[in-house]
Amino acid sequence: MANDIFILAEHLNGKLADITFEMTGKAKELAAAFGGQAVAVLLGSGAKSLAESIGADTVLYVDDSTLAEFNPEAYSRVLAAMIKERGPRVVMMGNTSVGMDLGAGLSVMAGLPLIAYVNGLAADGGMFVATSQIYGGKIQAEAVPDGEACIVSCLAGAFPADAGRGSAPVEQIASPVPLDDLKVKFVKLIQPEGGDVDITQQPILVSIGRGIGGQENIELAQELAEALGAAVSASRPITDAGWLPKTRQVGKSGLTVKPKVYLAFGISGAPEHLEGMRGAELIIAVNTDPKAPIFDVAHYGATCDMLDLLPALTEKVKGG
Amino acid sequence: MNIVVPIKQIPNLTDELEINGDGTGLDHDALQYVLNEFDEHAIEEAVLAKESAGGAVTVVGVDTTGELDGALHTALAKGADKAAKITGDFPRGTDSHTQARLLAEAIKDMSPDIVLTGVQAADDRDGQIGPMIAAHLGMPYVGVVTGVTVSGGKAVVHKEYAGGVMAEFEVSLPMVVGVQAAHQPPRYAPVSKIRQIAKTAKIDEIAGGEVAGAGSTVRRMFKPEAAGHAEMWDGSPEEVAEKIVAMIKEKGLLK
Repeated sequence: MANDIFILAEHLNGKLADITFEMTGKAKELAAAFGGQAVAVLLGSGAKSLAESIGADTVLYVDDSTLAEFNPEAYSRVLAAMIKERGPRVVMMGNTSVGMDLGAGLSVMAGLPLIAYVNGLAADGGMFVATSQIYGGKIQAEAVPDGEACIVSCLAGAFPADAGRGSAPVEQIASPVPLDDLKVKFVKLIQPEGGDVDITQQPILVSIGRGIGGQENIELAQELAEALGAAVSASRPITDAGWLPKTRQVGKSGLTVKPKVYLAFGISGAPEHLEGMRGAELIIAVNTDPKAPIFDVAHYGATCDMLDLLPALTEKVKGG
Repeated sequence: MNIVVPIKQIPNLTDELEINGDGTGLDHDALQYVLNEFDEHAIEEAVLAKESAGGAVTVVGVDTTGELDGALHTALAKGADKAAKITGDFPRGTDSHTQARLLAEAIKDMSPDIVLTGVQAADDRDGQIGPMIAAHLGMPYVGVVTGVTVSGGKAVVHKEYAGGVMAEFEVSLPMVVGVQAAHQPPRYAPVSKIRQIAKTAKIDEIAGGEVAGAGSTVRRMFKPEAAGHAEMWDGSPEEVAEKIVAMIKEKGLLK
């Protein structure tokens, strides 16, 4: 089975994450090139129907009550055992909250290289080539594993999801290792607090980042939002600083938004942020750094100072 | 409680990043280095944990730049109790696998109850250091964590998922935590205090071993070619505002 491509299926609240399908589609392409199979691995409990909806060549479904919810220790142990037993060529996982807990540790446990932040994968004359997006999206690094096998953690949205949807034969197995002495215990899921505003439902978002400078300037964004009948959203540094509630955060660990107009003010455009807003119909970005990655996804851009622009814009909107 | 915080310096991303002559890495000589932002949050969370549950905080890093002392002095000024650096012939941009192994060897001798480190760094091409340290030490790991509470030999941690959903885990100590964000923004250390500490602080030096390598080889490094680029508007803020209003009107969202 040395040429098989493993994909770690990710699921939460009884639903498969899109990254599962994105990786599966790419894995099928790689497996065909290497002469192996795309094997999705789903760890869960009572989740056979989820396993049946992945369009891999085959799905290994490990059913154990300990795996009902993601548990980094349990997942690591099971995956380490499966990698050792089945020796896949490539193990793909998301560079997500789940995969980031697993990949690097498995790399040490299994003695395999890890290539992280992957947004490109190809088979090149029998070699496996992975491209990583690093340094906040400013650099791409194309790398090959020193040995044959490798673990990769893939960025969400890097590959199309459609080719990974479908169904495949499911092989249900019991956990290959005992899971009765775990040091990590899952307690509960905490759903996001009900926010004052649901930013996923707004036609216009006035979104702010580090460029806002200080908490006292948030008011400028709020005044504009009010004039527009819009809501204020933000990138991670703003909510981390406590200047806006977490319910206003757009991005990887925040919310995914698809407004008709996304005004990105003072946002540099780290990959984690882009992940949450690139689906907006119209993106207008204002940032003093003309090389900010936000301009690569924005439709229109300007490099003026947002602190001058915000009041000017509010006035224009009010003036009709 | 014994808290250890592994830290890492990374290139300052606000600088222009230049690629070296053979196109396989950065031109590290041209770069300024700063403390990984997530590690700043780890330091803050460690100091908060010490303040609420007692104990001592040790900050440790691999000195890949010859300039780690500044970051260690700042951590001491923020409330860490001890600082250590792993020294040796380490190039700038030393891979994560090597740094994790060196850090794990050093941390083993520190007998930590909890290891708090940044969940990731912008130069983690070969993976995040936290889970690797945990694997070397045989400790459990939970990452993308925004809150740690320690009591009675256990830690309760809150881990973030997409969409604002969080999971709560209870973990037996010792453990390694990948900190996404501290309970509060990292505190500011006055320059005068850092200077004062620099004069008196003792930084333990730990001789590090070999650079083992990342297990993968970079064939080519390049700046991404954007699939698209925004059409840029020149002009004063008033003129830009005018154009934005026109676009919003075109969408039918403004009368």
